[in-house]
Amino acid sequence: MKHRLAFAAKKLLRMGLLLLGVSLATFLLMCASPLDPLQTNVGQTALGSMSPEQVEKLEAYWGADTPAAERYLGWLGDVLHGDFGTSLLYRQPVIEVIGERLAGSVWLMLFAWVISGVLGVTLGVISGAFRGRWADRLIRGYCLLISGTPAFWLAILLLLVFSVWLGWLPVGLAVPVGMTADAVTFLDRVRHAILPVLTLSITGVANIALHTREKMVDVLESDYVLFARARGESGLSIVMRHGLRNVVLPAITLQFASVSEIIGGSVLVEQVFSYPGLGQAAVTAGLGSDLPLLLGITVITSAIVFGGNLIADLLYGAVDPRIRKGAAKR
Amino acid sequence: MEPILQIEHLSIEFIQYERGTGKVRVSPGMHKRSLPVIRDLCLEIYPGQIVAVAGASGSGKSLLAHSILDILPYNSRREGVIRYDGNLLTSERAEQLRGREIVLVPQGVTYLDPLMKVGPQLWKGKKDRETKQRYRRALERYGMEPETENRYPFELSGGMARRVMIASASAEKPRLIIADEPTPGLDVRAAKRILGHFRELADEGAGILFITHDLELALAIADRVAVFYAGETIEEADAADFSDASGLRHPFTKALWNAMPEHGFVPAPGAQPYPGQAETGCLFSGQCAKCRPECLSCEGIPLQSYKGGKVRCLYPGEEDNR
Repeated sequence: MKHRLAFAAKKLLRMGLLLLGVSLATFLLMCASPLDPLQTNVGQTALGSMSPEQVEKLEAYWGADTPAAERYLGWLGDVLHGDFGTSLLYRQPVIEVIGERLAGSVWLMLFAWVISGVLGVTLGVISGAFRGRWADRLIRGYCLLISGTPAFWLAILLLLVFSVWLGWLPVGLAVPVGMTADAVTFLDRVRHAILPVLTLSITGVANIALHTREKMVDVLESDYVLFARARGESGLSIVMRHGLRNVVLPAITLQFASVSEIIGGSVLVEQVFSYPGLGQAAVTAGLGSDLPLLLGITVITSAIVFGGNLIADLLYGAVDPRIRKGAAKR
Repeated sequence: MEPILQIEHLSIEFIQYERGTGKVRVSPGMHKRSLPVIRDLCLEIYPGQIVAVAGASGSGKSLLAHSILDILPYNSRREGVIRYDGNLLTSERAEQLRGREIVLVPQGVTYLDPLMKVGPQLWKGKKDRETKQRYRRALERYGMEPETENRYPFELSGGMARRVMIASASAEKPRLIIADEPTPGLDVRAAKRILGHFRELADEGAGILFITHDLELALAIADRVAVFYAGETIEEADAADFSDASGLRHPFTKALWNAMPEHGFVPAPGAQPYPGQAETGCLFSGQCAKCRPECLSCEGIPLQSYKGGKVRCLYPGEEDNR
């Protein structure tokens, strides 16, 4: 029990340091950004027609007149009190904006995450089990091709094929244009989510499949698989009984580590599909110098990624008997 | 009585792809070459007999075991004849028999799936009571409690893991047991006990192929000993022939005998050639004190019967007289 507490304390401390570092890095990048918040958000012409007092007021609003260190420390102090501030662009509390956007993105990311995980492991196992044959070559070729393809480019390609040429699916947004919120059906939402989910899944599969394949090849070359064959177990039995069992552990780690890739990918993909999710909000906040919102989004997504890795650590201990029993003995 | 296993002129080679110049061009810069690991191996095992194959590490001993079970890696090629119980041991037949009549006892705990409990691993996916009881009895026979079934391989000691694997073999009522280095890493007492288990299984009628790098161990248990050198059997002798150096036939065997602690601990200079290094002539020529010009020029040396055993030497015994 004691070492569990120590484990939790260590993880929490690490998470605190990580979030601090991430927020500081975001803030510094934002400071280094060549975009002038006033010019971007108000516009050169509008600024020119304003009185110096009005401009001063705007500068105060966008925080352009406060020293950088003071701004960051002020933000940090508020966050420690549980206040993430108010978004400058949306004029709403940051937490509310993030909550709204996350609700839109979370299904997108969750589906992409599950599909890429299940499909990735399946393809990886098949590829490893049929090493060198056509199934393996096909899957490996696909994975290498996709690994070399930027997510946003793939998104544009899918958009072109399925929305523009074939016209099967909507071009963008999360709901049909010009419809009141209560008229939007569940099916409408699904139709709008298909392409973003597809893009994220397709790109997510490659990494997981390639890693799973390597592990599968290792397992099939192991001493214990040799012994299983010597004992008359069939190829299928070996893959199902020994292969999957030994591949699932690294797959879990990889799957939870891929949370970061899905979130990172969603930033670009949501932008391409104009999907009003967290990723798009991040881009808007970044380009619009909405410091509180951007910091809020980076901190919360980092926490989600960290949480994913933490779950992987904990699951590993629960699944691997060597760790589970080793921990129980202590 | 007919031999349970008969191996005639078995050769195994690996196909390797490498950069540089070779005989067969595959793609620009890549060449295929075959690497002979076992050459012209002959061996017979009768029911109830333990035949040891003794040779240095890297002499291709394990591949012999894998080729009988037909579980060689995909990039290898096999030539020669293997007969089991009087009939040709084809791939189909090997697939049917392995794990049933022909069983393997491997080296150690790495041959057990680290994430699977011993019980389910032994049962091979079957869940009926008969199977479970059969394996439980086998575990009990080797002094292990039923709860061993619920242990993971990492919870077993080295000796226990070996006994689990012997139990897995004996539960099948095997007629041919292939033991591939089943004792390294064990202390003398544990090793003796394991050897005793094999003797017992042989007395019950199984033929046993005992593969080891330890000549002393081989002599302690085997009825006959085949000495392996660089992928060739260079001598086949009764274990009793080893009681005195004059009973031995090949200079390498004699050198081995002299190198044993109780016979003076005399090391032989040099090392055995790597696979593919020597193409013609006697493979032992590099280490042989009595090497003659003919030994180097001849096109491979056949295994010939000599003094009740077999030897792969052009001038067996003669070297003593010069």
